[in-house]
Amino acid sequence: MTTGSSALPGPQPGGADASVPRRKSRYSLLTRRDKLTLALMVGIPTILCLSFIWLPTLASILLSFTNWRGIAPITANNIVGFKNYEVLFTQYTLFWPAVFHNVIWLIFLVFIATPIGIFFAVLLDREMRGTRIYQSAFYIPVVLSLAIVGFIWEQMYTSQGFINSVLGHTSSDTAIDFLGNPSLNLWAVLIAASWRHVGYVMVLYLAGLKSVDPTLREAAAIDGANARQTFIRVVFPVMKPINVVVIVVTVIESLRAFDIVYIINKGKNGLELLSTLITNNTLTEASLVGFGSAIAVILLLLSLVPIVFFLTRTMRSDTR
Amino acid sequence: MADPIRDAVSRRTVLKGMAGAAGLMSIPAIMAACSTPAASGGATAPPAATSGASAPAATAGASLGGSLSIGSYNSDPGPKKGMEDIGAAFTSETGVTTALNTVDHNTFQDQITNYLGATPDTVYTWFSGFRMKFFADQGFNTAIDDVWETVKGNYTAGFANSVVGNDGKVYGIPVDYYPWAVFYRKSVFTEKGYTVPTTWDELIALCKKMETDGLTPIAFGDKDGWPAQGTFDILNLRLNGYDFHVGLMAGEQKWTDPKVTAVFQKWAEFTQYHAKDYAGLTWQNAADTLVQKKSGMYLLGLFVSAQFDATGDPADLADLDFFPFPNLGTEFDAEKALDAPIDTIQITAKSPKLAEELDAAKAYLEYWSKGTTQLIMFKNQPGLIPTASDADTSTYSDLQKKAVAIVSEAQKITQYFDRDTRSDFAGANGAQSLLQKFLADPNQDLVAYQKSIQDFWDQLPPLV
Repeated sequence: MTTGSSALPGPQPGGADASVPRRKSRYSLLTRRDKLTLALMVGIPTILCLSFIWLPTLASILLSFTNWRGIAPITANNIVGFKNYEVLFTQYTLFWPAVFHNVIWLIFLVFIATPIGIFFAVLLDREMRGTRIYQSAFYIPVVLSLAIVGFIWEQMYTSQGFINSVLGHTSSDTAIDFLGNPSLNLWAVLIAASWRHVGYVMVLYLAGLKSVDPTLREAAAIDGANARQTFIRVVFPVMKPINVVVIVVTVIESLRAFDIVYIINKGKNGLELLSTLITNNTLTEASLVGFGSAIAVILLLLSLVPIVFFLTRTMRSDTR
Repeated sequence: MADPIRDAVSRRTVLKGMAGAAGLMSIPAIMAACSTPAASGGATAPPAATSGASAPAATAGASLGGSLSIGSYNSDPGPKKGMEDIGAAFTSETGVTTALNTVDHNTFQDQITNYLGATPDTVYTWFSGFRMKFFADQGFNTAIDDVWETVKGNYTAGFANSVVGNDGKVYGIPVDYYPWAVFYRKSVFTEKGYTVPTTWDELIALCKKMETDGLTPIAFGDKDGWPAQGTFDILNLRLNGYDFHVGLMAGEQKWTDPKVTAVFQKWAEFTQYHAKDYAGLTWQNAADTLVQKKSGMYLLGLFVSAQFDATGDPADLADLDFFPFPNLGTEFDAEKALDAPIDTIQITAKSPKLAEELDAAKAYLEYWSKGTTQLIMFKNQPGLIPTASDADTSTYSDLQKKAVAIVSEAQKITQYFDRDTRSDFAGANGAQSLLQKFLADPNQDLVAYQKSIQDFWDQLPPLV
């Protein structure tokens, strides 16, 4: 910049046609006040982001290399290297089941609950009679707080609950122990979680379907495509951005799954999830901050995979 | 042609997705952030364990005035009213205005570390035993040896021992306790001609008989994880004795010990008589099956009487009885050991009002050491027996008199699994989950199973 301006034959003050002064004046368009505003608008979110997201994340990662219990100050004696991770991977018998349960949760939501939600959205998009009533009915579970969802399904599932009564299992010996049986309770909880997830996906997808250009369908109909072909060949590809969002939402929902399980039994006895292991080891009287942080770091790494995938996709579509 | 639509959609949904992503990122962040402020507070404040020892004990009866903040985990309706009534009685006697801060029982326990390390109330309700000693070692408690000097005449040796910290100082006033035993309905036993079992064989025979009579022999609800620890305690006490049990809880004995194998093997002999749906039931659900005469026996604390009280029919409570866990034919039967957890009132060390409220706090503790005070709580929660020797026992029911007798006959008393061992071991994803793994398959490979418990213990950080 400076070398460029000095190479010019001579400054022409006030000349509107000269390129250098004009560039200078464009710079000076930003008054002191503008700069202050800009600094605040960029600075405050940056500070918030740093202090509430990046610093605690960094702290978690650092704490995961300690055996700190959250009470006395951290000293060199607290640093244990990779021991927490070693224990997790080789000794802690609840860790792999928790990872496995998170994976089952993910697979169940991606391959069962989400397609059902999409299917409902497509059905409701066909302007059938009473569409709005169905929409509300499917969406209500999403509005309910998870504490209530957990409570509702507990009443459904207990040995004296609704489902057992309908099946005629009234004595405690014959009742199906949906929430207590460790090989059954994860599936029972997944149905409860899906009940909520289906409505969420449905609304997201329905919003997308409404915005698909109707002329596309007309063109497909004129070309002789039936409803199924129109959806698979035309509508679904056009909905690509929504599809990505739905997948990312599903992955995030399954990785952060916590509430229902915690309400039911605090994530024990077949319902272990990474999120409940973190809570139970860190935030309770146990207060194993270092050990819990190590689990948190692993959950963070797992979460980064879909986030990076999602961000790279959106960045790419923005640049195009 | 589709581009405008596509852009309109993606901009909106991208924002949604971003919000979701940000929320997810901050999960571990929040986890770590929550515990940091309390810890730094603990780091900077000087150790205060002895700060209260020099102040003179307040004399009860004198008009003190001032205020006192009380943190309480007595959140159930009965005990909560007991706390309020005692606060009011204390105010009228001393002129000290009390501010009762009641927190849900489990929440109070989960947050105890942050609570004691940050800005706690001056006086708080807490357990005795290991759970008291641990926090006293961290400098979170004010020693009350001066108060104890004036009130110790009102306590037996067992209670006195339960409130002494690792440094030999006294940190709490015992206010109530409750024994663990096998509860049953007298009317069911009379009707079916059952007799109280005194040996293991008799117990198993009774279980079989109850099964043929259509009863669930042993009511059991382990959804909350801790009730199974009571069964482990009594089996270990009977099979291996008090010393081994206490050593195991303290980490001096190993979970891989063949003596522990014997406990699990014994347990496996009668898991088949448990309620089949135990894992989905709370202790209240399980107690209700005893109330409804669907099950025959229930190993639990005296607090089970609350469910009999709740029916509103006094005949139900009168029908409740218990017997000590049967003998297992070992040399340790003579100890008659049992779990009888003791609740206490303690003084915190980091309360911002500690200096101005210390005299009132000591007067409050002294007030709690009287039988008359403890009877106010007892009236509201009949499952908690007063600890003071001068408590008027004339109002006790037969059940409560029996509870006093079974504890005084015991040679050895333990607090309870999760009060006798470190809390990071006993917790939901520690011993609670590990015991549930046993219950899910009692006939599994015990060697590998016991190793997984010991492995978990071994990786726990040093206590101090």
